[in-house]
Amino acid sequence: MARRYTAAIRQITKENKQVLDMCGIVGIINTDRKLIDGSYIREAIRIQRDRGNGLGGGFAVYGAYPENKNKYAFHIMYEGDRHNPVIPMVEDFLRNKTKIYQAEQIPVYPNDRIPLGPYFKRYFLKPIADFFYPDETEEDYIVRLVMAINKMEGAFVISSGKNLGVFKGVGYPEDIADYFGIEDYKGYMWVAHNRFPTNTPGWWGGAHPFTILDKAVVHNGEITSYGTNMRWLEMYGYYCLLQTDTEVITYIYDKLSRKDNLSKADACYVMAPSLWEEIDRTNNEKMKYLRQIYGSAIVNGPFGIVLTHTDGAIILNDRNKLRPVVCARTGNTYYSSSEECSIRLLSPEVDEIWSPRGGEPVIVDLAEEVAA
Amino acid sequence: MKETKNQMKNNWKILSPFHPQFDMVRCDYENGCKICVHECSFGEISLTPIKDKRGEVVYRPGANLTACNACQRCVKMCPQNAIHIVSQPMHTSHSYWTPYHVNNIWRQARHEGGVLLVGTGATGPQKRYFDYMMFDACQVTNPSIDPLREPMEIRRYLGTKPDSYGGKMGPQLELEVPIMFGAMSFGAVNLRVHKAAARATQAVGTYWNTGEGGFHKELRKYGKNTIVQVASGRFGVNESYLKSAAAVEIKIGQGAKPGIGGHLPGEKVSEAVSKTRMIPLGSDALSPAPHHDIYSIEDLRQLIFAIKEATEYTVPVSVKISAVNNVAPIASGIARAGADIITIDGFRGGSGATPLQIRQNTGIPIELAISAADRRLTEEGIRNTVSIVASGGFQTSSDILKAICLGADAVYVGTPVLIALGCNACQRCFTGKCAYGITTNKPELAERIDVDEATQALKNLLHAWGEEIKELMGSMGISAIEALRGNRDRLRGVGLNEEELKILGIKHAGA
Repeated sequence: MARRYTAAIRQITKENKQVLDMCGIVGIINTDRKLIDGSYIREAIRIQRDRGNGLGGGFAVYGAYPENKNKYAFHIMYEGDRHNPVIPMVEDFLRNKTKIYQAEQIPVYPNDRIPLGPYFKRYFLKPIADFFYPDETEEDYIVRLVMAINKMEGAFVISSGKNLGVFKGVGYPEDIADYFGIEDYKGYMWVAHNRFPTNTPGWWGGAHPFTILDKAVVHNGEITSYGTNMRWLEMYGYYCLLQTDTEVITYIYDKLSRKDNLSKADACYVMAPSLWEEIDRTNNEKMKYLRQIYGSAIVNGPFGIVLTHTDGAIILNDRNKLRPVVCARTGNTYYSSSEECSIRLLSPEVDEIWSPRGGEPVIVDLAEEVAA
Repeated sequence: MKETKNQMKNNWKILSPFHPQFDMVRCDYENGCKICVHECSFGEISLTPIKDKRGEVVYRPGANLTACNACQRCVKMCPQNAIHIVSQPMHTSHSYWTPYHVNNIWRQARHEGGVLLVGTGATGPQKRYFDYMMFDACQVTNPSIDPLREPMEIRRYLGTKPDSYGGKMGPQLELEVPIMFGAMSFGAVNLRVHKAAARATQAVGTYWNTGEGGFHKELRKYGKNTIVQVASGRFGVNESYLKSAAAVEIKIGQGAKPGIGGHLPGEKVSEAVSKTRMIPLGSDALSPAPHHDIYSIEDLRQLIFAIKEATEYTVPVSVKISAVNNVAPIASGIARAGADIITIDGFRGGSGATPLQIRQNTGIPIELAISAADRRLTEEGIRNTVSIVASGGFQTSSDILKAICLGADAVYVGTPVLIALGCNACQRCFTGKCAYGITTNKPELAERIDVDEATQALKNLLHAWGEEIKELMGSMGISAIEALRGNRDRLRGVGLNEEELKILGIKHAGA
């Protein structure tokens, strides 16, 4: 069984197929950084069962590792089992490039619905500044490491942010939740994803969320601009090896917000810009400028995404609003979901509930972190 | 007696491949109609005296069998519908020595004794890759977009763009449709054609290119929609010329004749042409093959910056090259030399006059050239610094969109512009006798073009192709054309081999 499963992964990654999804998403964001455990989001995504087909589910939790919050938490998925020869290669690579404080197997609880999965390990590490290229930031360095590991056959970096944990795999999301025991993790921000992959069979690396550094994306949609976006990103050292739409969005946002220092609103604007007609009418030079420069970063096709980072979340729809996204607020907790039912389950009474318009981002900023 | 025989021997004519045939029952010759004779500017039809039933001499039109190339002008103008063009019955039964080859050798040996000239683009059997690429449309998992009900954007900006926010934006050309009118010089075409191109592009919001023959004074008011060309002949180039337009293009090569300069036969150099080009009346205007001040990429850089200095960095500078095997490194060099736009002209590109052998046998297809150049610039991380304009052989709006998917920012079309004005691609532009009044400077022929009608025709063409592009984009689920540039995932090859797929950067259909 294990061998067959590994072969399937290899085949998919080698064929370089683009994975397309139509899915259900849920996000819970507490702006006061109050921790809640994973059982809530498990229930919220469970009732959107119709939006998935059991070929992928995943969770991202911010605030999962408070005791290691200043170190990068690398979740790495290895094909096959713990004897995979790529594991010592990756670990040698990491030991040479970073200082590893802690390395452990991610605990899993195989059950009758998910009897077997790949081998997951997590590493808490800090980069070694001596190895940075001139002018390279710490974050660029981490991105470079992630890209290098992803290029190794059979190893995939599932997440690489500080205080962030990502758990994902093939199965319905509630089964994935049980497999990883996500009730044991607590966080102030949760996102979950229920996947309905259509064009290729699901595989563990292809489930959502996708992350780079502290940014995680869950996504419902299919991106028609993939080819353009991918080639543009390659110019800046981002290689889309997982071949999914979500990866592309994650990298675009990372490039825009971290490398080019765009504000969150501007970064969203680049991905879903206003019409030229509107730009002409309002005579907005900045908007025109942004759209001219970042033409290749426009994300076309239907999508609804929840993009989370250490200090907040962004909820964005495509310009034509071809996918559902509902947002709500109860006190200091924000919710976003593909369907209202998930929000009503978590919070039957809400202070506000609305459907964001196509291309208009909802930006949630968390309160400043209180120094301990 | 002996002499006459010899004369007869030497006077046999070289038959043209087509000739008009007259339906004498319909023909109105008895009443003196000779429209066909006037309409045929090539001298194929002349009047022959015959005696009619009453014994009076009347003049009947007849074919001379020497000059017809099936431009169909006489057919279209005959009020009695009495003419049709037939292809010459078989010249020879030999399957290898076809009439085409035999005739060409005769023409060289017996008439001209020189290089064979032709007009329009290559006619060879080389593969047209556009036909082997299909668009990938949306179904279920991804809704297609209805261009009648949703906004669909096809505006493009050409010019240097910075890599990231805060960088300096170079001067830009704003195109409301990703189609511009390619370089056709004044001289090669007449002023009416230029005027129609200028008016149509101004109305639609795109650009036309003057070609290398200067920019007529009368048209300078359309400068905002004009790209002026600096070619190796430097015809009509001076400071006010450079400053009169929205962009300047340095012409290194042309798809129809890679490696050689422009040809304007002296027959076409009328007074207006001679003034605009600043050359003597009736003299051949033969541009040198290379620019005499560009023998390397460094020299090109100097010319680019000389033009930028002259125009005070207010307009983008384009460099036009013909598509050759080495196009990718050349494009990279041009980008690094400071050009804002690279124009690549495929071997199917049109021409008013080009040596036959050059046209048929040099250059590479535009599809492969665009893909190679776009990939190289992306790999080098300098794709933002230049825009790529493709040209040469676009027959339909779908060809244009396929070129954009392969990495072009916009395209030039040339031959379609002329066809919109009546051209039938009869390949005799170099004679200066165009029966439709397009590639001629003879006033009596040029006046066959009505500028208002021609303008409307070109506006219609741009509009129609723009709408078709929107339809195609909608079916692919794309609402902004930026998201399609270089988007090879939206194309699939049908019947292409592995090597071709690799160069084009696309997958085979079904994969």
